[in-house]
Amino acid sequence: MEQLVYKRPESIKEDFKIPFCPGCDHGVAVRLVAEVLDELGLREKTIGVASVGCSVCSYDIFNVDIVEAQHGRSMAVATGIKRSKPDKIVFTYQGDGDLASIGIAETIHAMARGEKITTICINNTTYGMTGGQAGPTTLLGQVTTTTVNGRNSETSGFPLKISELLKEIDGVAYVARVSLDSPKSIMNAKKSIKRAFEAQVKGLGTGFVEILSTCPTNWKMTPQQAHERVRGEMSEVFVPGVYKDKVSEAI
Amino acid sequence: MARIVLDRNRCKACYLCIDACPNKVLCVDDNVNNLGYYPVKIDIEKNCVGCAMCARVCPDMAIEKVYK
Repeated sequence: MEQLVYKRPESIKEDFKIPFCPGCDHGVAVRLVAEVLDELGLREKTIGVASVGCSVCSYDIFNVDIVEAQHGRSMAVATGIKRSKPDKIVFTYQGDGDLASIGIAETIHAMARGEKITTICINNTTYGMTGGQAGPTTLLGQVTTTTVNGRNSETSGFPLKISELLKEIDGVAYVARVSLDSPKSIMNAKKSIKRAFEAQVKGLGTGFVEILSTCPTNWKMTPQQAHERVRGEMSEVFVPGVYKDKVSEAI
Repeated sequence: MARIVLDRNRCKACYLCIDACPNKVLCVDDNVNNLGYYPVKIDIEKNCVGCAMCARVCPDMAIEKVYK
């Protein structure tokens, strides 16, 4: 007798379009969010907020209502939705260029207010959609189209460690940094995303998950080489782990 | 018997599933798909144990279902 062990999540549209480049971890990240929405039974009352960047196409993928926010303002838009409809589950799906650069003020202040929102941040150390410019999380020495000799701390500063920064905020209930470079880390990432949604369901505060992702096109690597880079130099600077967990304490 | 259901027209040829599969069930197809890539195809189906590793690493959700 055959037993079904995996199927596409129901929170993904039947005619979904994955617009991402071959081997991009965005596709895995959206699937994990959808699987968590299915498992927690939240699909019918969830509203997503997409940002500007590769995550802009969320409305083609998620089978939930999606609002498109201005560049960097996802957390502000999500605040408005959550306050006007407190019984809904609101999540934002953002890239690092959106959340940590232009949107850092909105992000920090929404978390300082302790808004009950779940935030998923895809950190790929570059601006993927616009052609691979240096972003706030670009590693020192990384070659991008705007740091052609590698990022130099004298002129371009240092990479911003988002999780370490946001864990200090009292309104935040859950902070974790995860990667998607192997089946094992994908399962860990799913647990963290689930915790971040539970933080919102239980009304503990903001849940935040930073996902170390690949951008094979702009890194000019194969998907396999890009995963090696995540395991190597990226994990040395952005150390994966759970940084704050009020959810497990509350259970 | 364990098996996977593959949607070859969603595959974008990153081949992460071929690396993830512990039993070498998948290989590269010789014919292009609707997107213009050489997708993966099922090579030795009897080796499949239904671990769903391929489905978990696939960024394009090209593996629709896994049966065990």
